[in-house]
Amino acid sequence: MDIIEMILFLLLIVCAITASLTKSTLSAIVIFGAYSLIMSIIWVLMESPDLAITEAAVGAGVTSILFYATLKKLDQIDMSGETGNGKA
Amino acid sequence: MKKTNGKKLNKRNVKENISSKNGLSKRFESTYRVLSAIMIVLLLGMLVVMILGMPPIGYAQNPDNNEVAARYIESGLKETGAVNIVSGMILDYRAFDTFGESCVLFVATICVTIMLRMDGGANSSKAGEDENPEAVTALKKKEDEDTDYEDGITAIKTRTGRGVSRSRRVEHLKSHTFENVDSSFFEPEHDTILQKCAKFIIPIILVFGVYIVLNGHLSPGGGFSGGAVIGAGFILYLSAFGFEDTERFMNAKVIKWVTFGALLVYCLAKSYSFFTGANHLESGIPLGTPGAILSSGLILILNICVGMVVACTMYSFYALVRRGRI
Amino acid sequence: MLELIHDNINDLVSVLLFVIGFADLLFQKNMIKKIIGLNIMDTAVYLLLASQGYIAGRTAPIVVDGITSTEAYINPIPSGLVLTGIVVSVSVTALMLSMTIRMYKKYHSLDLDYCLLKSREE
Repeated sequence: MDIIEMILFLLLIVCAITASLTKSTLSAIVIFGAYSLIMSIIWVLMESPDLAITEAAVGAGVTSILFYATLKKLDQIDMSGETGNGKA
Repeated sequence: MKKTNGKKLNKRNVKENISSKNGLSKRFESTYRVLSAIMIVLLLGMLVVMILGMPPIGYAQNPDNNEVAARYIESGLKETGAVNIVSGMILDYRAFDTFGESCVLFVATICVTIMLRMDGGANSSKAGEDENPEAVTALKKKEDEDTDYEDGITAIKTRTGRGVSRSRRVEHLKSHTFENVDSSFFEPEHDTILQKCAKFIIPIILVFGVYIVLNGHLSPGGGFSGGAVIGAGFILYLSAFGFEDTERFMNAKVIKWVTFGALLVYCLAKSYSFFTGANHLESGIPLGTPGAILSSGLILILNICVGMVVACTMYSFYALVRRGRI
Repeated sequence: MLELIHDNINDLVSVLLFVIGFADLLFQKNMIKKIIGLNIMDTAVYLLLASQGYIAGRTAPIVVDGITSTEAYINPIPSGLVLTGIVVSVSVTALMLSMTIRMYKKYHSLDLDYCLLKSREE
């Protein structure tokens, strides 16, 4: 039981570090999704299933979707804004 | 990656390697980094020292396993009728706190609406003016010198080359000014794979979400997680079938009334139990047999209200970020 | 020393995550990475909080066939607190993201210092 927790904690820290060191924003968000998923598995091991479902549905699900939607919105601003006030 | 030194930098790498261009003096940059590195090391040291002083994990005699936890566990089932003590605690002992929590979600939706709607999103023309006038006038100026405009378009096509649909959309842009680019500009393209899968998966997601909300007091889950699952189902529906289809059942009016109604029912339910609690009246709501669906007094109703608030909030977050209005 | 670390592994990991997220906030230039850093700090604090309520050898606080003795279940209070915390941190993320969109719409850059300098010029 402990071994699994150790591995998951190690994975958690690795995910956190790689999420901050990756160059492109998109891969940082993908890794953050994986981070939330590992977090929800840890909640299951910590005997609190309520948190597991909430973290999975809210942390991995909606937060990552919001990040992707923001990136898409920035693209749209790029495209429609590009013909506007040009870059400085 | 050789950076194009022409005026039209590639948008993709401008966003990525940002620090190369800002005007901060190098000295400030290095002192900032050194100071923040020192602060982080100090913080880490302090926290680790604090941690090693704390009681071990999983130790039964931890100071926080005090009589409050014992009270919740022992008489939780009797007083709230909820088999899931955490749900019983959240929605019965601390229901007023969860009411504040749902209001936090409601206020968050309002704030995001205000912030993103101020620019009128992409397609409400009246708000386009007050975004920042010089950007809009610059656009109009740009409209006239068509040649430069033309060059702008070709730059987009060659730069991204992400397939025809992008340049087709940009053709669409040429015929529209920035303001009245209609909402189809931001529509998801007609993606049959996504739609077929969505048609199959969404019913399962919604049934699972409703199950979590309804069984909040029996099995793990409850209003928050069930609402988030239902919200994710709506988000999948929106990204698969676009705004026209989702407008049929999830437009701004529906969301407004659903969240308002849910918060109102929550408020009435809790003010009822305040009233009966304060005057030591016996609240006449039967607790039912533990384990049955309709078993734990008001908790089921409150779970449904919280689930609806969370689902509408999650959906409106996505719709707001997507196109500036619900 | 190793024994001590093994006992408080949850707290140690949450401290490490907190510091990683905090370093993210300080060192990252990109605004979206800063928001990811803040989310990492959020989850670190929730891990610390909920692991205080964990008692080894006991099950989740769902009453099974009528046993309501305290020896059978873990402490439900921290997981109750963290549950509402997770949902609030989503709303905070949504607020931050919408501010980033507004910033990007005006200054076309995700770098906070660059935008601050630009805003000072206006």
